[in-house]
Amino acid sequence: MSDTAYSNAIIAIDLKKSFGERRALDGISLEVKRGELFCLLGPNGGGKSTLFRILATLSLPDSGEASIAGHDVLHDASAVRARLGVVFQSPSLDGKLTILENLRCGGALYGLGGSELKTRIAEAAKALNLTDRLNDLVETLSGGLQRRAEIAKCLLIRPEVLLLDEPSTGLDPGARIDLWAALEALRNQHGVTVLCTTHLMEEAARADRVGIISTGKLVALGSPDELTGAIGGDVLSLGAAKETGPDILSKLITERLGIPATIVEGEVRIESREAYALAARLAGEFPTEIISLRIARPTLEDVFIARTGRLFSDQDLDPDAKPAKKKH
Amino acid sequence: MKTPQLLWTPTFAFWWRDVIRFLRQRNRIIGALATPLVFWLLVGSGFGPSFRNPGASAHAGSYLVYFFPGTLVLIMLFTAIFSTISIIEDRREGFLQGALVAPLSPAAIPLGKFLGGTTLAVLQAALFCVLAPLAGMPIGLHQIALLLPALILVGFSMTGLGFLVAWPMDSTQGFHAIMNIFLMPLWMMSGALFPMPAGTGWLYWVGKLNPVSYGVTAIRSAFDTNHGIVPPDYLPALGVTALFGALTFAISVSLVAKRSRRS
Repeated sequence: MSDTAYSNAIIAIDLKKSFGERRALDGISLEVKRGELFCLLGPNGGGKSTLFRILATLSLPDSGEASIAGHDVLHDASAVRARLGVVFQSPSLDGKLTILENLRCGGALYGLGGSELKTRIAEAAKALNLTDRLNDLVETLSGGLQRRAEIAKCLLIRPEVLLLDEPSTGLDPGARIDLWAALEALRNQHGVTVLCTTHLMEEAARADRVGIISTGKLVALGSPDELTGAIGGDVLSLGAAKETGPDILSKLITERLGIPATIVEGEVRIESREAYALAARLAGEFPTEIISLRIARPTLEDVFIARTGRLFSDQDLDPDAKPAKKKH
Repeated sequence: MKTPQLLWTPTFAFWWRDVIRFLRQRNRIIGALATPLVFWLLVGSGFGPSFRNPGASAHAGSYLVYFFPGTLVLIMLFTAIFSTISIIEDRREGFLQGALVAPLSPAAIPLGKFLGGTTLAVLQAALFCVLAPLAGMPIGLHQIALLLPALILVGFSMTGLGFLVAWPMDSTQGFHAIMNIFLMPLWMMSGALFPMPAGTGWLYWVGKLNPVSYGVTAIRSAFDTNHGIVPPDYLPALGVTALFGALTFAISVSLVAKRSRRS
């Protein structure tokens, strides 16, 4: 189906969209290279679903431009749709049908039928390891299998670009690993460009590049290593004694040592290139004020905090979306 | 150059899926058939002794006979409602989501749903027709020849009504509300339950302007063996029903085309 030469599989230029007073997208621009596995990371309500819906041709922006596989998303939706596989957050399979029946229906939506469809179903089932399960009713399958069947349905059209909205929602850790292995195989073996939205840091860390989106803006863009590497060294998190409290502790540290400290979720947070030496110094300076001390390599969550000044989960409305590190 | 949009294979997929789903959900078959059947027996038997059809002779038949065509339309209305109400959920989290990102003609979804709904409604109605001889209404080839086009067109227009209500809706609760305050009264005021009065009163006009009336009339006259091979009411009623079906289809296609990227 590849009839157009393009190097960027997905291009978004200054996309804006508001719902009433709320600005969901505030001028987002990004490019995803052909064959790239790209993750759009952001808290729920940050704007990534709005961007996803625009790219999936389900919604129009108020202004801006977008193209997929060299075709204009806004003005030639049919051309984009013919080249685009979309995996929704909620299942788009019919539970009352078997996987095979779902695949047949899914193929028919794209005009596929007969022996061509048969070949493609066999191919997609093999790629996602579903060959033995084709005659199972979808409603009897586990979440992980259902998600794989969804992706198989998308593969029938041999898409150039695959969009996935929070594909690991509701999957157990084992199924998540399988899903990512399948996505990586697609990219490697078939050259499919993959864009997936997620609110899970560890998922985004597996992508080639990550775009971090918050309050409708792209706040960071780069490979996971580039992004975490841009943070000044390691991250120290200090627990303050009850009598002192994090506010006073962070003030004391800044006053006495001249080091900037922020408070995130009740902990004092410091970035430092010499975290271990600083830790020893802090422990000596504030023996009673500090009750716990943790040093960690920066994660994408730290990137988010550094770029927005907020904790990733602050905007979260979804209780399932809380990162594992969150403590009270 | 714009890429062409697909119509026939997707339409077939929607139709086929509706039929398979229906056959796998026994409770739906029972729900759409048993409710009107019970209604027919209870209401028919209860009203029977006090019922007088003003336009008919004294021995025109019992109320069960009078109520039979109306029950057929009710079965088709229920079947149509069941098969279109699923659109609401299906579009947000279900099979239709995938259809909305496929390169489809805006007519594909309505056509598939209309044909699916029509098939199911006609199948259900045909099952009920097996009871007709028990109610004293013989069904021969003649009746079948008249009845089948009427059932198909009524099924099509009932599905059309359901589609028009379901497509703009965001919740199934909204659909139930419309069903109770709009669809059911439409059926009640169609001559299905009682003869609509002649003259110039408001009930007369409600009956005249109600598209469902023509469906009921077409089906009723298909059972009429006293007025020649094709009873005089049959063709006009069939024509209005066909027009109404075509109108609901045209509006559905334009709704789908308009909605495609609304939000």
